[in-house]
Amino acid sequence: MTDNQQTGKAFRLLLVLLLSAIAGWLAYAVLALSSSPAGLGEQVVTHLDTSGVGNPVTAVLLNFRGYDTLLEMAVLLVALLGVWSLGGIADYRESPPGPVLDTLSRLLVPVLILVAAYLLWVGADAPGGAFQAGSVLGAAGVLLLLSGWRLGNRFAGLLLRAVLVLGLGLFVIAGTGLFLIGGAFLEYPPSLAGGLILLIEAAATMTIGATLAALFLGNRPRVEPDK
Amino acid sequence: MEALTLLYWAFDSLLGLCLLWLAWRALASPDLFKAIVLFFSFGLLMALAWVRLNAPDVALAEAAIGAGLTGALLLAALARLESIEEPISPGSNGGETDIHDR
Repeated sequence: MTDNQQTGKAFRLLLVLLLSAIAGWLAYAVLALSSSPAGLGEQVVTHLDTSGVGNPVTAVLLNFRGYDTLLEMAVLLVALLGVWSLGGIADYRESPPGPVLDTLSRLLVPVLILVAAYLLWVGADAPGGAFQAGSVLGAAGVLLLLSGWRLGNRFAGLLLRAVLVLGLGLFVIAGTGLFLIGGAFLEYPPSLAGGLILLIEAAATMTIGATLAALFLGNRPRVEPDK
Repeated sequence: MEALTLLYWAFDSLLGLCLLWLAWRALASPDLFKAIVLFFSFGLLMALAWVRLNAPDVALAEAAIGAGLTGALLLAALARLESIEEPISPGSNGGETDIHDR
């Protein structure tokens, strides 16, 4: 027993030493940074006209570094597939929602959908965008799921799966299409960029919302055979 | 102007200290439910920190995804954990498996 405790203590001391070493190293790295970092901000601002949007963050996420966002969408999809393939998780214990939750979700969900649409639209010129709008949509989904709502049979099958891959699919189709026309992968022509970005963002918003709500539900919505 | 700068300094240091403290509490709390609630508050304060750093885009994403949905997912996982643990050890709530009582 005492032997065990002693090794535990020694291990803890070792951990403290290692962590202090890492902390010291990090502090050194931060202090060694040059005081005037040469960021890419200026480059983004000079090329903002060709990006099709007015918000530099959206321009970077959807145009200049669109590839990163594409891969993020893929990560979300793979995460959901991973959760679904675990399978067989018990559903929540069904408890009828109280009157407050019931009324509140009825009031809030339309507002949340409106907020999501606003965030998506405003993302072109101000803070906002697909991920923020999608997560607001996902929150609406979570609220609905909490108040006992489940996807109907008609939507739980093919339609749900279509929405879940819509964002990534449209992104890949747009990228490949532009590649085939003669540009590089995901290189939008400046005249089309604004519309394309809005289209891709709208699809991504729906996909992100559906994916996050589906992640919250955990198991795959079952399609019960019609009686 | 001088007073305003001082106020910002005080606010920022308070925010930073609160973030460190909340992160530590969330990691160290043995009660998982409490840890998740602390994680929520950490996310909201982190969003505030992003606003102070002039990054409203990141702040929006942090508040919506970091605090809101990740917290909801953690709560969902906790509910699942409890419903799994209950049938295995009925009535024996001692040691480390004792998560919390509501």
